[in-house]
Amino acid sequence: MINAKNCPEERQLCIEKECAGNPAHLVYVHIPFCKQKCLYCDFLSACYAEDTVEEYFKQLEVEIMNADPKHKEQPVESIFFGGGTPSFPAAELVCRILERIKCEFRVLDEAEISLECNPGTIDVLKLRQYKKAGFNRISIGLQSAQNGELREIGRVHTYEEFLEGFQSARDAGFLNINVDLMTALPGQSLESYEETLRKVVELNPEHISAYSLIIEEGTEFWNRYHGKPKSGFPSLPEEEVERKMYQRTKEILLENGYYRYEISNYAKPGRECHHNSGYWKRKNYLGFGLGSASLYENKRWNNTELMSQYLLGNIQEKQCQIQQLTIEEQMEEFMFLGLRLMSGISIEDFKQCFCKSIEEVYGSQIAKLRKDGLLEMEGDFLRLTEKGIDLSNYALADFLF
Amino acid sequence: MSPIDKSKIRNFCIVAHIDHGKSTLADRLIEKTGLLTSREMQAQVLDNMDLERERGITIKAQSVRTVYKAKDGEEYIFNLIDTPGHVDFNYEVSRSLAACDGAILVVDAAQGIEAQTLANVYLALDHNLDVFPVINKIDLPSADPERVKEEIEDVIGIEAHDAPLISAKNGMGIEEVLEAIVKKIPAPGGSDDKPLQALVFDSLYDSYKGVIIFSRIMEGKVSKGTKILMMATNAVADVVEVGYFGAGQFIPCEELAAGMVGYITASIKNVKDTSVGDTITNALAPCKEPLPGYKKVQSMVYCGMYPADGAKYPDLRDALEKLQLNDASLNYEPETSVALGFGFRCGFLGLLHLEIIQERLEREYNLDLVTTAPSVIYKVHKNNGETIELTNPTNLPDPSEIDYMDEPIVSAEIMVTTEYIGSIMELCQERRGVYLGMEYMEAKRATLRYELPLNEIIYDFFDALKSRSKGYASFDYSMKGYERSELVKLDILINREEVDALSFIVHRDTAYERGRKMCEKLKDEIPRQLFEIPIQAAIGSKVIARETVRAMRKDVLAKCYGGDITRKKKLLEKQKEGKKRMRQVGNVEIPQKAFMSVLKLDSE
Repeated sequence: MINAKNCPEERQLCIEKECAGNPAHLVYVHIPFCKQKCLYCDFLSACYAEDTVEEYFKQLEVEIMNADPKHKEQPVESIFFGGGTPSFPAAELVCRILERIKCEFRVLDEAEISLECNPGTIDVLKLRQYKKAGFNRISIGLQSAQNGELREIGRVHTYEEFLEGFQSARDAGFLNINVDLMTALPGQSLESYEETLRKVVELNPEHISAYSLIIEEGTEFWNRYHGKPKSGFPSLPEEEVERKMYQRTKEILLENGYYRYEISNYAKPGRECHHNSGYWKRKNYLGFGLGSASLYENKRWNNTELMSQYLLGNIQEKQCQIQQLTIEEQMEEFMFLGLRLMSGISIEDFKQCFCKSIEEVYGSQIAKLRKDGLLEMEGDFLRLTEKGIDLSNYALADFLF
Repeated sequence: MSPIDKSKIRNFCIVAHIDHGKSTLADRLIEKTGLLTSREMQAQVLDNMDLERERGITIKAQSVRTVYKAKDGEEYIFNLIDTPGHVDFNYEVSRSLAACDGAILVVDAAQGIEAQTLANVYLALDHNLDVFPVINKIDLPSADPERVKEEIEDVIGIEAHDAPLISAKNGMGIEEVLEAIVKKIPAPGGSDDKPLQALVFDSLYDSYKGVIIFSRIMEGKVSKGTKILMMATNAVADVVEVGYFGAGQFIPCEELAAGMVGYITASIKNVKDTSVGDTITNALAPCKEPLPGYKKVQSMVYCGMYPADGAKYPDLRDALEKLQLNDASLNYEPETSVALGFGFRCGFLGLLHLEIIQERLEREYNLDLVTTAPSVIYKVHKNNGETIELTNPTNLPDPSEIDYMDEPIVSAEIMVTTEYIGSIMELCQERRGVYLGMEYMEAKRATLRYELPLNEIIYDFFDALKSRSKGYASFDYSMKGYERSELVKLDILINREEVDALSFIVHRDTAYERGRKMCEKLKDEIPRQLFEIPIQAAIGSKVIARETVRAMRKDVLAKCYGGDITRKKKLLEKQKEGKKRMRQVGNVEIPQKAFMSVLKLDSE
C-alpha cells in the first residue's frame, strides 16, 4: 500500500518513525447532528438549526482543503464518517465532503469508507447516493431489538425501522454492514439481550459491535443512575448479568461465524473494521469536524468542541495544544490500546518501536497480571485473557507510568 | 545609634474569633504605616506558610515592626505580634500575649461575639493587657455594629462605645485604629539596667541562621556576644545576632533593650532548647527568677504516621526532624505496624495541629502519608499496680491484665443560637457528654457547658457540630482531667487478618455501633478487588460486625470514539492513581484514606 511515488529514503524515514511501518493513514469526519440526543450519549452531538448545518458543512470543506499538504501526500486507507448521526443531514452534504476528501487526499482504491447511520434517517434513495459517492461500509446503530428498551434509552427509532433500513442498505448494494448493539441497558435481561443478538445474527451482517452502556457524567442517565438508585426508572442489570451478556455475545456470535477481534467488536473473517483497528494500532489519523481528534507521527491534537468557534474558522484550539507524545506515553498507548485487540500486542514490535525489551519496561506488571490470570502470553504475543477482558480497565491501568 | 525612647513603643496583638478578620486588619495596619507599598503587599503578609494563607488561619506566631507617624507628630514603633488562632494553640497564644502590653479585639459586625472571641479576650485580660475593641466588616449588609458594641460591653465588660468601626478589607477606619493604638495601648515598662529577662514566644529554624528565637525583652538588654542562659532548658549559648522583624525578613540591629520585641540568634543547635515560654537571661549576670507561666507542652492527640511508600521512611524521619525545629510542640517516636511497616507515633496539641503537620509533610516535603486514626492518652491501670500511658491502641495489654482504665475529659463551652440548642445537646449526649449548664448571653444565643471525653471530640465532633448548627455553633475546650471509664479495644479484620493500624479504643456502650459503622465505611472505602473481602469488627475474639466487599467481576473500557483516547486515558489514570494510593495488607489493597475512616463515622 506504500505509494511508489515516494522516494525510498523518505519511505525509510517514515517507517522508522512509525512502528506500524505503514504510512497510510485514516481520516475521521465528525458530523455532530442528531434528530434527538439519546439519554446516555456523551458524544459531541446535538440538534441544530438548518442553517447551522449548512454552514458547518461549508466550514468542514474548508478545513479539509486547508489540511497540511504533507498529510495530503500520504495514502488514505480508511475514511469514517461518525457522529452524531451522519445520515441525518441531506445525503448531498455528506457526499460532497467525501468528494472533497477524494480530491484533496490520495485515497486508495481499496480504502474502507464507512458511514454511521441511524434507523429512521435512511431510505434506499439516500443509501444509493452514499454508495454512488463511494461509501462501501454502513454502520447502523440499532442498540436493541426490543422497542421498549429503545424507548427507555431515548432512541428515536423502532426495531422495525431498523429492519427496513438494513434491507434498504442491502438493496442499495452495501456488502459490508455493521450493526451496533448495547448491553447493560435499563430493563434489559439476559433473555431479551439474547433475543436481540439472535435477531441480528439472522440478518447476517458482516460485523457486529456490542458495547456496554456506561453511565457518563453530564448525561441524563447520569442524573438517573449515578449513585443511589432513583425510583421510577427501570433498573440497570446486575453486574453479574452484564458479565453474562458479554460472555453470551461471544458464544452466540462465534456459533454464527463471527469472531471477536477487539474487546467489543466481532466480525466475519476478513471483515474487521480497519478504521477501528487502526486506532488501537496507533496508525496515523486525521480528524476533521467539531471536536475531532488526530494522531500524526506521535503528535495528538483536538479540534475545538465549540460550534460557534468552529464556524468562525477557529478550528484548532491554540497551536500549543498539540501534544507531542513522550516515549513513555507512546509505550503506554502501545500497551493499553494494543491490548484491546484480541490478537494482543507483539513483543517483537515493542522492541522494534522503542529499542527496549518489553520485559525491561513492563516486566513486573506483566508478571503480576499473568499471575492474576488477566494476561497471557503465546509466542510473540501478549493478550488479555477472558478474565482480563472483563477487567480490562483494571488490567490496562497497570501500564501507565 | 541613640537609644530608643520606650514611651514610643507599642507592643500589641490582635485577638479575634477565626474569620473575624484578624489577619486582614494586620495587613492593613502594616500597609498604612508605610512599611510596604500596597503593590508589595501580598494579601496577609503575616501568614507565611501557604497553608496558613489557604486556610485563613495563623499557625505560628508572627511578628512585625512598623513605624507610625501619629497625629501628635511623633513617630511610634509598633510591634505587632500575630498569635495563632485556634484552641489547639492556646498555650502559644498565651505566650504571645505575654509578650504584649495591649491587644486589639476584632469583632465581626454581623456575627458578634463567638466562643473563641471570649476565650481569647479572657486570655488577654488574664495577662493584664489593655484591650480595646474594633468592629470589623461594617460594610456587610448584615452588619449591626450597635448591637455588637452592646454585646461587647455586656458580655465581656469592656468599654466599646467609641470602638472604631472599620472594614479591614476595604481599608475603612484604619487611621482611627492606628491612633487608638497610640492612645490606648500602654508603652512597655522595664529597665535597661536590670539583669536580662526575656520571654521566648516562638522560635523557628532557618537553614542559614539556625535557630531563631522570637523574644520580648522584659528587663535588661541583649546584644551580639552576650552569653545567654535558657532558664527552663538550662541551655547556654553565645548570641550571634539580634534584630527586629521587617515584613517577612529579619533586620539586624545593635541591641535589644527592655520593652523591645525582636529576634535572637545564638549558637543553639536544637530548637528543643528554646522552649516557648522559657526565660532568657544573661548567663554571667542572671536574673533572680524566670518569668511566670512556663509550661512544658503536652501532646493531647496521637496518631501513627507512615510513609505510603515504605522506602520513604528515612525521608519522613528527616521531614519530622525539620518540622520539629519549627514546631517544638510536635513530638514523635518511631513505631512499627504489621499493616503499615515502619513509621512514627506523633503527638499533637489537637486535631487541627495534626492536620496541619500532615499537610505540611505532604506539601513541603512531598511525602505520601498514611495516617492512622487519632488517639488520646489513656491511663491503663494493670492488676499488678502498674499504670501505663497508652498512646497507641495496639499496645493495649491483654484485658486479663487490666484492672481499669482512665480517659481524658475536657470542659467544653459551645456557643450556639437558640434554635440549634436541641440538636447540639443531642450531639453532646451521643458523645457521652455530661451536661453542666447553660447560660443565655442574649435572647437568641446561649453557651452550653459540657464535660466531654476527649476521645469523642478528636474524631469528627467539630464537623458534626458545624453541620448540626448550620455552621452557627462555635466551640472551645480545656483539659479537665482523667476519669475512669469502661473502654474496650475494637479490632478490624480485613480478609480475616487483623489490621493493627485500624484498631481503636472506644467506650463499651458505643462499641457495637462504632464497629458496625466502621465496617460499612470500610466497605465503601475499599475498592473491589479480584476476590471477595470480608471486613469484620471484633472485641477480643468476638466478632461484632461484618461487611463484605464483593469480588470485582467486570470493568470494561467504553467506546473510544473517533480516536479520541484522551478521556479514556484519564479514566485509566484515575484508576492507576487509585491503585497507587493503596496499601498492601496481606493480599488486600487498602486505600490510604481508609485508615482515617474512623474519623468520618458520623458523616452520613
